[in-house]
Amino acid sequence: MSVALEVIDLHKTFHEDDEENERTWYRFWQKRPQRLITAVDQISFHVKRGEIYGILGPNGSGKSTLIRLISTLLIPDGGTVRVLGKDAVKETAAVRRMINRVSVDAAFFKKLSAMENLSYAARLYGLDLKEARSTAGVIMERMGLPAKKWNSPLENLSRGQQQKVAIARALMTRPQVLLLDEPTTGLDPQSKRDVQEYVLEVQREFGTTVILTSHDMDESARLCQQVAFIVDGKFRVEGTPTQLLARYGAKDLEEVFFAATGKTLKTDDEEVAG
Amino acid sequence: MTAFRTQLSATQGFVERNWALTRRYIGWEVVWIVYSTVSTLTIGLIGVDSQGIVGQERVLYLLIGALLWSYLSVLFQIMGETVAWERWEGTIEYTFMAPVHRATYLMGQGLFGITYSLIRTGIILAITVVFFDLDMSKANLLGGFVVLGIASFSFMGLGLLAAVLPLISTERGAQATHIIQGLLLLMSSVYYPVTVLPGWMQPLARLNPATFCLDAVRATWIGGAGLADVTPQLLSLLVTGIVLVPVGVQIFQIGERYALRTGKLKRNG
Repeated sequence: MSVALEVIDLHKTFHEDDEENERTWYRFWQKRPQRLITAVDQISFHVKRGEIYGILGPNGSGKSTLIRLISTLLIPDGGTVRVLGKDAVKETAAVRRMINRVSVDAAFFKKLSAMENLSYAARLYGLDLKEARSTAGVIMERMGLPAKKWNSPLENLSRGQQQKVAIARALMTRPQVLLLDEPTTGLDPQSKRDVQEYVLEVQREFGTTVILTSHDMDESARLCQQVAFIVDGKFRVEGTPTQLLARYGAKDLEEVFFAATGKTLKTDDEEVAG
Repeated sequence: MTAFRTQLSATQGFVERNWALTRRYIGWEVVWIVYSTVSTLTIGLIGVDSQGIVGQERVLYLLIGALLWSYLSVLFQIMGETVAWERWEGTIEYTFMAPVHRATYLMGQGLFGITYSLIRTGIILAITVVFFDLDMSKANLLGGFVVLGIASFSFMGLGLLAAVLPLISTERGAQATHIIQGLLLLMSSVYYPVTVLPGWMQPLARLNPATFCLDAVRATWIGGAGLADVTPQLLSLLVTGIVLVPVGVQIFQIGERYALRTGKLKRNG
């Protein structure tokens, strides 16, 4: 099986304001003191074509930064990201044609309807509008989003429904690598199940490679062929769920996570620079 | 008495809350002060020019200024606030990770901006002509719109230069965009000839594409001049457009790389 994604020694730091207090009038004219945050710390891994690879970690562990680096939305300080052999920094346009992303916040023009947002996305990816709308319709129907909702402004849809539209937007472009950044966080159990089942279906039918970030261990155990635990920007442990359970003699991935990192997933600190 | 003290305390609460918000948004306070100052100065400068043309011609002179300023502001805003708006909606990362060249994105915005602003200006022009019962029989309306179309490229270029500011600095960038817009208004012949401005400001005003545009549109709509009569202004507008648009796209791309390095594309608002 060939490699869809290669990440080698990836490193990313950010400068963040080093003050707890809000800016006051006299500070407006001054440069605020800053501190260096290492969001992704020398991470290396690869994902085979058609595989669902889970990156699990608490909030602020660097999951979203890693996804942004792969999706060309950040330039790394060091290291390499290759998507199907194309370098994400040097061959950005080629990489962008092969990937798509669903983030935790379904970002849309909320006053526009699902179909208007999807038509806009179809134009950006140079798709045939009629065909794209039909594909998106099939995906939304499959995920249980009724057709009567397709032409309502997105602000009138629930979060779960918006997330289904976001998945339709990403899959409509038939990406070879799909980046799912906590796609089911905050969804109701039914919507969560709909999304998870559809991800498995897409992998089966189209052989799409999926990178999934999550802090839901059950979801990861169900969907992923490989998982990696990320804490403080570093990969601590990597393997198949079965291998990890056996290695740590644990009954579920949550126990493995605790045994491998000494931490729980309940941490609620802020995400570091995304 | 207790009830009175409670109400007094609440009043103090409102004052303190607003003061805290004013301090938090001090950057926007600077923007509004600059804007109000510019408006005040502009009105003052109209007064300085009041010894000039009078009657219906003066009404038309001021109306054209207001109309064109509205046209140029809308176009400048559509271009300049592109990034700020997308960031606020949360769509910026999706737009920027699509396989679309940045020049295509900016040109798409510009094309909409020009079309939208031209239609809007046409509607306002029709309403004001009827309202003031203006005699436009001598006006070369088509010529004026051609000037506007050509001037649009210069303003697209300026808008592109402004658009990069919210990309590299989320909040202060958007604030700076408004200040640039205010200064363009002050240093142009929107409501008065450039000669009315203080001496040190006049050379800057003469470099402002808005000045060329206004002179040429006034010549066509008030004086009925043909396009050949406004060739110098048209050439100046063409040159500034040819220079500013590619320079704007280039600078925007540099700004985008900075944003991708520093993680500034993230949603805001």
